[in-house]
Amino acid sequence: MSVAAHLPVTRRGRVLRGVAAGAVWLLAYQLNEHLWDWLLFDALGLDPASRLGQSIHFFLYDTVKIGLLLVLVIFAVTFLRSYMSVERTRSLLGGRREGVGNVLAAGLGVVTPFCSCSAVPAFIGFVAAGVPLGVTLSFLIASPMVNEIAIGLLLTLFGWKVTAVYIGAGLLVAITAGWVVGRLRLERWVEPFVFETRLHGEVVDPAAGLTFEDRVSLSAAEVGIVLRRIWPYLLAGIGVGALIHGWIPTDFFTTYAGPGSAFGVLVAVVVAVPLYSNAAGVMPMVQALYDKGLPMGTLLAFMMAVVALSLPELILLRRVLKPPLLAVFVGVVAAGIVAVGYLFNALLAG
Amino acid sequence: MIIKVLGPGCANCRNLEKATRQALADLGLDATLEKVTDYPTIAGYGVMSTPALVVDDKVLLSGRVPKAEEVRTLLATAAA
Repeated sequence: MSVAAHLPVTRRGRVLRGVAAGAVWLLAYQLNEHLWDWLLFDALGLDPASRLGQSIHFFLYDTVKIGLLLVLVIFAVTFLRSYMSVERTRSLLGGRREGVGNVLAAGLGVVTPFCSCSAVPAFIGFVAAGVPLGVTLSFLIASPMVNEIAIGLLLTLFGWKVTAVYIGAGLLVAITAGWVVGRLRLERWVEPFVFETRLHGEVVDPAAGLTFEDRVSLSAAEVGIVLRRIWPYLLAGIGVGALIHGWIPTDFFTTYAGPGSAFGVLVAVVVAVPLYSNAAGVMPMVQALYDKGLPMGTLLAFMMAVVALSLPELILLRRVLKPPLLAVFVGVVAAGIVAVGYLFNALLAG
Repeated sequence: MIIKVLGPGCANCRNLEKATRQALADLGLDATLEKVTDYPTIAGYGVMSTPALVVDDKVLLSGRVPKAEEVRTLLATAAA
């Protein structure tokens, strides 16, 4: 955008650049569907009723739509989260008792910028600051589950109501599971080095001292970083979704795994855990599955299980939790997710 | 100057290492650069968000990957 590059780096220049970016985004978003309608069905002459036509249109339209919304959500969430940090969260949670602590930790898990590669040092840091084990786990459950990619995709694909339900359910699972594991008093199954690590550094808070410019530029950078990381998964997910959209008959799942099905939610959660995927790969598929009759409760459970109980995440947690505690953790979180799935199927069907 | 880049090896940590090596080359500073991936050691520095940059055992930055200029400024100040 050479025009934008020539605008002065003053306050007015910045505002103009922001408005220009917003206008371009809005234009692209509105024109998206019409572009593909014209290109595929008018210019190339594909039959809109055919499976091929449907699938290709779905793929292209969804990719652009999701891409645009992810850009917006990642930017906005990163910007807002830049005001928070794990260090600040720790000071807010240190010494809190369980119950209140679990609720606070889950809420903070949503708003704190957190990379799962930091899970282990964060765990150690929390424990050292006197944050109870259960409260720490509430944070570590909520944080990956309610990530900005998941939110962005849910908003795009299902609208804000489903997104709100997902966040609410995620918080509920995080609070309850963390509280339950905390009450079981399983500290003896935390790896000893966690308690033995002596902290001798001063805390450096990444959120301190950032200017508005800093926040904008790190948010923009994060958009690039995240998209570069997830685009293969995203395309794969949209691809599978397109195939489902075009080739699986409507209401296919209502017959086999509808709201009345006893095992639907359980199967969904069991399948989700070994799935070496993330929110980006799974959600576009989920939209197509929903259109074919899989109930929303089952899908919510599936999505939550994929992000909260992902294999990479569990491997990381194994560094700080001994196998029995890890097993309890997985069991309790899985139970919570399954319960939420059945609950929502019942609520939505009844 | 002993510089340590703390991080378990995810993309962010590698980017910080790259930016730091670049800054060192730009400034022409003589320093040893060490990658620390051991979690207890990382936590021992009080670092909870990786990656982090440690110079002469002082944590200068943690939780994000700074732009190359910022690393240069930090290292230049530390060297002075």
